[in-house]
Amino acid sequence: MKLQEYQSKRIFGQYGMPVPQGDVATTPAEARALAERMGAPVVVKAQVLVGGRGKAGGIKLAKTPDEAEEVAGRILGMNIKDLTVKKVLVDPAADIAKELYLGMVIDRSRGQVVVMASSEGGVEIEEVAASSPEKIIQVAVDPCLGLKEYQGRELAMSIGLPREQVPAFTKIALALYDCFVSSDASLAEINPLAVLRNGSLKALDGKMLIDDNALFRHPELAAMRDDEEETAEEREAREHGLSYVQLDGQIGCMVNGAGLAMATMDIIKFYGGAPANFLDVGGGAKADKVAAALRIILSDSNVKAVLFNIFGGITRCDEVARGILQALEGMPKRVPMVVRLVGTNDVEGQAILREANMLTATTLADGAQKVVAAAKALARDGDAEGVGHLRSKP
Amino acid sequence: MSILVNNETRLAVQGITGREGAFHAEQMIAYGTKVVAGVTPGKGGGWAVGHVPIFDTVREAVEATGANTSIIYVPAPFAADAMLEATDANIALIVCITEGIPTLDMVRVRAYLDGKARLIGPNCPGAITPSEAKVGIMPGHIHTRGPVGIVSRSGTLTYEVVHALSMRGIGQSTAVGIGGDPIIGTTFVDVLEMFENDPETQQVVMIGEIGGTDEEKAAEFIASQMTKPVTAFIAGQTAPPGKRMGHAGAIISGGKGTAADKIAALENAGVRVAHHPGEIAEMVAELA
Repeated sequence: MKLQEYQSKRIFGQYGMPVPQGDVATTPAEARALAERMGAPVVVKAQVLVGGRGKAGGIKLAKTPDEAEEVAGRILGMNIKDLTVKKVLVDPAADIAKELYLGMVIDRSRGQVVVMASSEGGVEIEEVAASSPEKIIQVAVDPCLGLKEYQGRELAMSIGLPREQVPAFTKIALALYDCFVSSDASLAEINPLAVLRNGSLKALDGKMLIDDNALFRHPELAAMRDDEEETAEEREAREHGLSYVQLDGQIGCMVNGAGLAMATMDIIKFYGGAPANFLDVGGGAKADKVAAALRIILSDSNVKAVLFNIFGGITRCDEVARGILQALEGMPKRVPMVVRLVGTNDVEGQAILREANMLTATTLADGAQKVVAAAKALARDGDAEGVGHLRSKP
Repeated sequence: MSILVNNETRLAVQGITGREGAFHAEQMIAYGTKVVAGVTPGKGGGWAVGHVPIFDTVREAVEATGANTSIIYVPAPFAADAMLEATDANIALIVCITEGIPTLDMVRVRAYLDGKARLIGPNCPGAITPSEAKVGIMPGHIHTRGPVGIVSRSGTLTYEVVHALSMRGIGQSTAVGIGGDPIIGTTFVDVLEMFENDPETQQVVMIGEIGGTDEEKAAEFIASQMTKPVTAFIAGQTAPPGKRMGHAGAIISGGKGTAADKIAALENAGVRVAHHPGEIAEMVAELA
């Protein structure tokens, strides 16, 4: 789960990191009031969950409350990478001498948290990694010990900080690690970590990703989830315990198991179709979950055909088949559907589906070819009414 | 021969009184696995699924029954504790089925387990040596015994491939699901090395997916250390970057972990990579 900048910085502040005393506005008038209260030049920053806000014009300096109102008016409602800006953060402007980078991630191959620091802050760290990787200094953290002070000092020295700023940097690095672990983050980043003209350090921007698997023990973080992170369909899927990712193809997929779901998308592509979604309906393909999943898949108007690919395994396929039919009751039958069922009692399962006039397939390749053909036929015939013959053909 | 699980496996089921644990304990017993103990704190002294004694702690279970392997069906919030408990009770092989364990829990567990116990998973289907022992949740009946070793990050996709192999009359030595999480106990390289050293295994099928760099490391290992042929498939060729595809570990981030990179690395290592899973059985048959 992604947190907005203002949320991340509030959390950083709770862990003792120096952050600007800013606040959030949802209207230009609110932005003006905040600027008046802060009394000095402010920075107005679009709060959207994507990078590149500055380049898109979503971050502006305002010298007066009038200007703050005016730029907030321009930024609110702005479209940045398909996201509409609904909130701006108004921060007191900082007098920046230098911009550093400090971040941490879980390095999957090492199985450890890795802390990264760079003298080249203020730009995307991926750019620094590509152009001058030697300027990113990394330290891996022993999970049983945590980040130690000497590691913070080493990081500070290796990015060339003058001796008098080393203690402040070390304190921030240790606080960020504490924050990372206590929040079950998978990424925490301060970019830039600014060195101000008066020599002090300040976290001017903040970014955090929280491990979805750990939200059960952080209700206060779970409550921060922003609506814009997922589509309405993705949210409904999550609430039903389904994994769903919307794509831009025409063939809806309902599969049990994440690996098989990805492989099903791949084989649809291989046979000349394009998947409309990733969907893992989970073990057993129970009727209520199938019904929810189908509702979600069909709410995408691009979908021209649906492929069910269920590897029954221990679950009996006749039960799965009945579950699918039960789920289909009362559903709008606007597209052809192909069902491929394998596993215990698969012959019985397929017979039940054929009786109900569903297209069935035996192998994955067979199912993919049938669904691609069905989607193309529907696209050719133009409208949903024209597909009755496809559904009724066994 | 085979790897990891066999007739010598004496299995303790952690979480045996839960719905999943009880169901799969029964399935494993029906397959012929020696399930010697169940562990559920607070329910020691009772019996589960008929005749399996329940203990309060893994240590008691090991002392009383000689359990050498454990399988974990404990819910995610308690799974890290269960893995650590099994490690401290000197269980040599721990298979963790549980999905949704916080990643930082796994960072700590993996650091603690290092050199003490082998962990398979979490978020995996387990391991099966056909006709000897099933330690997992896979459908036993689709497996047949034979010369092909299987290692995979997926569950149902593995069943798909095993099923296709068995239908062609090609059996498996051992099939291992290593799990779909970003931090797992046993990697492709670990299992490939075991298959390379297992006399029964003549060739290997490796099923990877997007995310991380374990497939690239496997490619390096195959090129430098393996004599047995490997056939591979990488799921997620059509997955968009930045989106988690079901498995917590299946995400392309910062342009890294794409299927194209993994396929290129494997092909450079001399591995034959299938375009889709339907091709794998045929490619294996060509070498059999």
